[in-house]
Amino acid sequence: MNNLIDLALLYGQLSLLAFGGGNTVLPEMQRQVVEHGWMTAAEFAALFALAQAAPGPNMLVSALVGLRVAGLPGAIIATLGMITPSSVLTMLCLHAWDRFRDAPWRKIVQAGIVPVTAGLFLAAALLIAQAADRSIPLALLTVAFAGLSFATKLHPLWLLAAGAGLGVIGAV
Amino acid sequence: MAAPEPTPPPSVAAIFAGFFSVGIIGFGGVLPITRRMIVEQRKWMSGKDFTDILGLCQFLPGGNVINLAAAVGQRFRGIPGALAGLAGLMCAPMAIVIILGLLYSHFQDEPAVRRAFAGLAAAASGLIITMALKIAVPIRRDLPAVAVAVLTFAAIAWLRLPLLTTMAIMAPLGIAIAWRRAR
Repeated sequence: MNNLIDLALLYGQLSLLAFGGGNTVLPEMQRQVVEHGWMTAAEFAALFALAQAAPGPNMLVSALVGLRVAGLPGAIIATLGMITPSSVLTMLCLHAWDRFRDAPWRKIVQAGIVPVTAGLFLAAALLIAQAADRSIPLALLTVAFAGLSFATKLHPLWLLAAGAGLGVIGAV
Repeated sequence: MAAPEPTPPPSVAAIFAGFFSVGIIGFGGVLPITRRMIVEQRKWMSGKDFTDILGLCQFLPGGNVINLAAAVGQRFRGIPGALAGLAGLMCAPMAIVIILGLLYSHFQDEPAVRRAFAGLAAAASGLIITMALKIAVPIRRDLPAVAVAVLTFAAIAWLRLPLLTTMAIMAPLGIAIAWRRAR
């Protein structure tokens, strides 16, 4: 029960802090699940990878964390925690948006948040890669795939499949 | 060009079905698929209206497509519509990821599964590096913005400060810089 409350509090908070989309809260998610003693950073990186390999929005790692911590109820509570606060906020703002959409302060706030989002995204990338890359070949694979997906329009699923395949045959 | 025939607003069931189709096929980037479904296939709204409502969803915190499902559903059918959009978007991916999670926890100690996941996790972190670079590269010549990004990065990745603390300091700083520039 305590775990369910902790999951709801954690994801409810992350939902309202996720400026620039779900990936910006990955470092905080990782920090808190490790601090709670729910899993190691490496296990979190594995769950993140699993969520990337599933269809749908990229917030599904919350369901996997919840599942690991408290079974099916945990998965549902964590996901509801992640989607409810931001969805309610969006619905509350929908009518007002017509008024403040073109307001100068709206554009200033949005422009001001962009570099913060960039910093959070870079931190997420570094922390996830640190947790995932337990060996030099794995780190090389990360760097190579980052370059490949940056330079080409290759579908992410192909890269994920290739990574898993290289892992199975023991190449990395 | 003649204005297109106005289409009646989608029913609650149609909102569920539309976002269900997005959830089930959306791999690695659901937004373009959502746009195609709403604007081109089902013609619920014009491209301009879509961009407009997306602007709100990107301005506010939370997953962009999740906010979009709530906002689009609400616009057409109020709270039942929003619930239908969210449920449609999330139910299939939730079921799939939970099945994957159960399979993973069952087989995670098999050596082949361990190796596959090591490779999968390394590949997934490559993808998130790419996403980060795509956001960071456009601001690289803007020195104050770079300073804000670097400070945020250091607070989170190096000092491991809580996100709430970091946002409480860095968001006002970023906005103050943008405000000075706008004057």
